[in-house]
Amino acid sequence: MSASATIACPSGLEPAAPSENSGDIDAAPFVRRAKGTASLDLAIFGAKCAGCIAKIEKAMMGLGGMQSARLNLSTGRLSLAWRDGAVSAADVMKAIRALGYRAAPFDPQLIEADHDAEGRSLLRALGVAGFATANVMLLSISVWSGGTEMGEATVRLMHWASAVIAVPSALYAGRPFFRSALAALKRGRANMDVPISLAVILALTLSIHEFFAGGPHAYFDAAVMLLFFLLIGRYLDHRLRWRAREAARDVLALQAATARRLDADGGAVSVPAREIRFGDRLLLAPGDRVPVDGVVAEGVSYADLALVTGESAPVKCAQGDALSAGVVNLSSTLVMVATKTLDTSLIAELARLMEASEETRGRYRRLADRAAGFYVPVVHSLAVATFAGWLFLADAGLRVAALNAIAVLIITCPCALGLAAPAVQIVAAGRLFKRGVLMKSGDALERLAEAQSIIFDKTGTLTLGRPMLTNRDEIPADAFDAAAALARVSRHPLSRAVVVAAGPGEAAADAAEFAGLGVEGTWRGQRARFGSPEWAGVSAPGSQAPGMSAWLAIGDDAPVRFSFEDTPRADAAAVIRTLSDMGLEPELLSGDRTPVAAAMARALGITRWRAEVGPREKAARIAELVAAGAKPAMVGDGLNDAPSLAAAHASLAPGTAAAASQSAADFVYLGDRLDGVVEAVKVSRKARARLIENFAFAALYNFIAIPIAVFGLVTPLIAAAAMSGSSVVVILNALRLSGKRGAKR
Amino acid sequence: MSGLLYLIPIALFLGGVGLAAFLWALKSGQFEDPEGAAARILLDDDLEADESSQRERMSR
Repeated sequence: MSASATIACPSGLEPAAPSENSGDIDAAPFVRRAKGTASLDLAIFGAKCAGCIAKIEKAMMGLGGMQSARLNLSTGRLSLAWRDGAVSAADVMKAIRALGYRAAPFDPQLIEADHDAEGRSLLRALGVAGFATANVMLLSISVWSGGTEMGEATVRLMHWASAVIAVPSALYAGRPFFRSALAALKRGRANMDVPISLAVILALTLSIHEFFAGGPHAYFDAAVMLLFFLLIGRYLDHRLRWRAREAARDVLALQAATARRLDADGGAVSVPAREIRFGDRLLLAPGDRVPVDGVVAEGVSYADLALVTGESAPVKCAQGDALSAGVVNLSSTLVMVATKTLDTSLIAELARLMEASEETRGRYRRLADRAAGFYVPVVHSLAVATFAGWLFLADAGLRVAALNAIAVLIITCPCALGLAAPAVQIVAAGRLFKRGVLMKSGDALERLAEAQSIIFDKTGTLTLGRPMLTNRDEIPADAFDAAAALARVSRHPLSRAVVVAAGPGEAAADAAEFAGLGVEGTWRGQRARFGSPEWAGVSAPGSQAPGMSAWLAIGDDAPVRFSFEDTPRADAAAVIRTLSDMGLEPELLSGDRTPVAAAMARALGITRWRAEVGPREKAARIAELVAAGAKPAMVGDGLNDAPSLAAAHASLAPGTAAAASQSAADFVYLGDRLDGVVEAVKVSRKARARLIENFAFAALYNFIAIPIAVFGLVTPLIAAAAMSGSSVVVILNALRLSGKRGAKR
Repeated sequence: MSGLLYLIPIALFLGGVGLAAFLWALKSGQFEDPEGAAARILLDDDLEADESSQRERMSR
């Protein structure tokens, strides 16, 4: 809260509130050092405007020894370089946090892979194709409109100049298509790039031949224009995937796995998680995430297993208890001994399960690919039939037959098809992004639109993943104030829930937390205890109803019970209802205990549910549905959900999910609400409709254009007009998706 | 029609200049941070600090 108060962002978009339980990530292991200069790249969350740039860069330059500080507002990345030893990484992080922004270090290994080489080469190809299209058009149009007035020598000069521009440009700009077509042919398949490459190469050879043979027509303009339009589609598609990956990387940076390793002399050093070896002693402060599997060596604390098993209540852990990677330490400092490395920990095992599941999804064929599978043979056989027909039936000679066959290939150019899918996807991604939903791949839209049922995880997905006080009305005001005063000194989630319910106030004097038991302190002159039943002196264990509870005892009064529940997100019931109205049957698969899951299913009106299911059973249930052809969509956040997310036909994860789950999911939605799921389903269904319309239009266009080409009536002018006309129509249709209805909130 | 003999090369040259400018801009990172570039023109209250940081960047 304090963070948003210190920011006065003119754009009105306040920065993401720093999450409560995670402290600053120690950036020290991510600093790169060379020639006395230390450099560090940070992901900055919340920077939105010029004021943010000025504030952050100024504060950074104010640190002694800082040599350069540059914030990239588009990517939210801050690059710093300073004289080694002058400032520490912790000072930098602290300075950024003091401004109210949240920062996370980038792993240098990730930065190496960061350079968008493919995007650059696509842009260069696009630039070259654009240059060639404009200049060849200049020459072509004068030939078309000059018509009879132009002497033959002049026409030849024009064609010669066109060839000089178009041939090298097309060979350069067409490389992405040639490469992809070759790769597909090697695998014995035909993708859309095969007819594209064929059309470009044949148009060039035919035009060169016609030039030397002295023919009236040249198709240089068609070849480069085809490439120009298709490269626009290709670049949009690439950009979409790149931005999604960048967003995913920012999230990963936030969860940067570092650990504090204890040396033999007792000092703590920050190390990246992948450098942890078997037997290392690690210090876990409250709020820290367990980096690798291990056992507790010292200390008693509560641990949050929600991301690992889906269990919503905090679990007590003491010396000798096993901790798996991904568990969050809640209440007090622990020392653990690593029993595995990062590569062999639970997370790695789940990652292997995910890989196995992802293979099945890799077999999904996109609509565009399916259209290409139908389109390619039809167009090729039509071209061959045209050639044969003119040669044998019309007896028109080799030259005319070849000319008309190639005209068929050019006019059926898949401009509309090649642009249709990327244009629809990028508009859909933009609309979802505005609503806080990140889309990871274009075909995710198609898969989500096809889904017939939707599976939810409980803890952290349908619920907020943190307990809330449920019986405030039954608690006497005095007892409530006492509990709040005691709870303010504790980091235990149940204490936090009481503090949230009570609001800000004074902590009880001399209150102290006893790990695994509760809090004790003085309240209005009397000794008060708040915590477990034993701690508060509750003798009858039979009084324990299901769910989480804590007890308060003041002096010798009877203990008061505080009940807690992991409450559903505010709009969970509405979202479930909307989804079932949309024909998606909801189902609940929870790793939590049966009574808790049953209560949740009842409260939200879900009839199909299962409780106490592990990651394998979850993935098995998904596989069962997939095998039955039910095309399930999965929504989950825990590590235990990651394999099912990967196995499902389409998957969504909240922004608070574990890193592995976010990378397995097709969509990541941000914020405390669940309606991102509804929005994603709605947009993907609309996108699918636009896509099908675009394909239908492309088919209609070919239906009209092909006879013209088959009967040899196509001139370069007709080809150019048809090509640009159809491209513009599919783009306009895709833009309808961003419509005004999407803008209103 | 002989005018074409120099008009076509001139048109090509101008187009080529445009293409070269685009490729240069791409290479020199002009498209790295479009949002930041739009925002930075509004920064004028701390010209001094900005210039000194600029100088340091240049000297690297």
